[in-house]
Amino acid sequence: MRAPAASDIAAGEAILSVKNVSLAFGGVKAINDVSFDIKKGEIRAIIGPNGAGKTSMLNVINGFYHPQHGQITFKGRTRQAMRPYEAARGGIARTFQNVALFKGMSALDNIMAGRTLKMRRGFLWQMLRIGPALTEEIAHRRRVEEIIDFLEIQAIRKIQVARLPYGLQKRVELGRALAMEPDLLLLDEPMAGMNLEEKEDMSRFIIDVNDHYGTTIALIEHDMGVVMDLSDRVVVLDHGVKIADGTPDEVKSNQAVIDAYLGVAH
Amino acid sequence: MILLGQILEVLISGLLSGVLYSLVALGFVLIYKASGVFNFAQGAMVLLAGLALVRSLDFVAAQGFPMWTAIILGLTFAAAVMTLSAYVIERFVLGPLVNQDGLTLFMSTIGVTFVLEGLAQMVFGAEIYPLKLFPTDAWFLAESIFPGGILLNKLDVWGGLIAGVLVAGLAVFFQRTKTGRALRAVADDHSAAQSVGIPISWIWFVVWLVAGLVALVAATVWGTKLGVQFSITFLALKALPVLIIGGFTSVPGAIIGGLIIGAGEKLAEVYLGPFMGGGIEYWFGYVLALVVLMFRPQGLFGERIIERV
Repeated sequence: MRAPAASDIAAGEAILSVKNVSLAFGGVKAINDVSFDIKKGEIRAIIGPNGAGKTSMLNVINGFYHPQHGQITFKGRTRQAMRPYEAARGGIARTFQNVALFKGMSALDNIMAGRTLKMRRGFLWQMLRIGPALTEEIAHRRRVEEIIDFLEIQAIRKIQVARLPYGLQKRVELGRALAMEPDLLLLDEPMAGMNLEEKEDMSRFIIDVNDHYGTTIALIEHDMGVVMDLSDRVVVLDHGVKIADGTPDEVKSNQAVIDAYLGVAH
Repeated sequence: MILLGQILEVLISGLLSGVLYSLVALGFVLIYKASGVFNFAQGAMVLLAGLALVRSLDFVAAQGFPMWTAIILGLTFAAAVMTLSAYVIERFVLGPLVNQDGLTLFMSTIGVTFVLEGLAQMVFGAEIYPLKLFPTDAWFLAESIFPGGILLNKLDVWGGLIAGVLVAGLAVFFQRTKTGRALRAVADDHSAAQSVGIPISWIWFVVWLVAGLVALVAATVWGTKLGVQFSITFLALKALPVLIIGGFTSVPGAIIGGLIIGAGEKLAEVYLGPFMGGGIEYWFGYVLALVVLMFRPQGLFGERIIERV
């Protein structure tokens, strides 16, 4: 069965909804009965103090973790767990908190790896690089070069990524996710460890991706200023429980959120 | 003239036998590139492939089939055995260990080694089985220039040709195909590879399959040279200095490393041997490898790993 296209879902309707999801590692409850949705075309932030279960939530959505309870509906199909391969095929791309690039490969090859699922030709044709395989390779390469232009990393495309500074590695990682042409893009702390200028660049890219490609984005971020500026709606987790959900302004004035961040005597 | 002819002969035979080491080293490089694992079982895979080939070939030939049919059937059967073992290794040993530490994976290949060695000999027998796939006589070249000519072993020449074709094919496979790119990606980062939709279990199956087929090719040449027998597994130890010199991650490095070791140990044996009592070729390769380790720990062609502090 073919996964339904994202175009079947109207803007403003939920592209992904998480319902009563609980995830435990042994006795530790990482996520406890959390429900929320992500609407098509929006930028959705997931915030919360350290250990709130944000990354676990992303791992559930992307298929790395399988929750013990609850359901996830993505593009109209409901399931409790899926494998990362199925998530990628379905149109979910992601970046990682501590950059996870293919360190031995060039920036270009890293981004090309994001096209894996879109390449169809058999390996013998690809080895000979003739006929349809050649046309295909050129088409994908052109698409990847567009992404490289978009992210302004032309100068580093042939450099092995392990040699790049951290900020640029983050950018290449975003490029690899974009190369998948995802319907839903998950960003795990896209600005962690960046200086102000790099943060501004990254914010601009995130907004542009959302504007130009209409990609739905869910992001985890610690920098409150960034979150409030970027996102349309924010969900707040604390100790694996959802404590608030709404527009940045609503969340900012929510007492439970203020308590969670500032800490109160329990 | 006699001296020059002798040097040439030693050099050429050394280079060619070095290529035969490269054939075994290639299997290591493939698995290391694609899963970051040093595959201790490569020698056992050569034994398994060799036994499957020679025993099925003898069986078919004994039924009265012509030699060519027997060879084709034997190769097909051995390839099928390697495919099956690749599937079983992925499914039951490496598959459950996705996202584990490299050392854990290495230990599991040690386990695979003993299982493969035991099973192969249990199923196919533990004798010495002669294999005759390639001619084993010699050419004498340039007899008009050098008295007696330069002796060239035909088997070594075949081995060199096969290794050349194999390396060219593998290099193109790694560079140009999406599967090749996916193999390198999986070696670098399991979760990142999964996140772009690379099915790790399929990739690992492919890589063990390719390593198994390379082992089969190595078995055809080495089996002809030594006969198919248990000691063929020790080739893995000969491949070690080749890998250290060439670099664990480089396919061309495996060839260059083999050439250096092959030529080095033969020249050392012939020209240093008399002064040191002989037997040099058994350890000379390891000394060369140690020297390279001192100056270029990643090998001549290996990827340089830069650790950020």
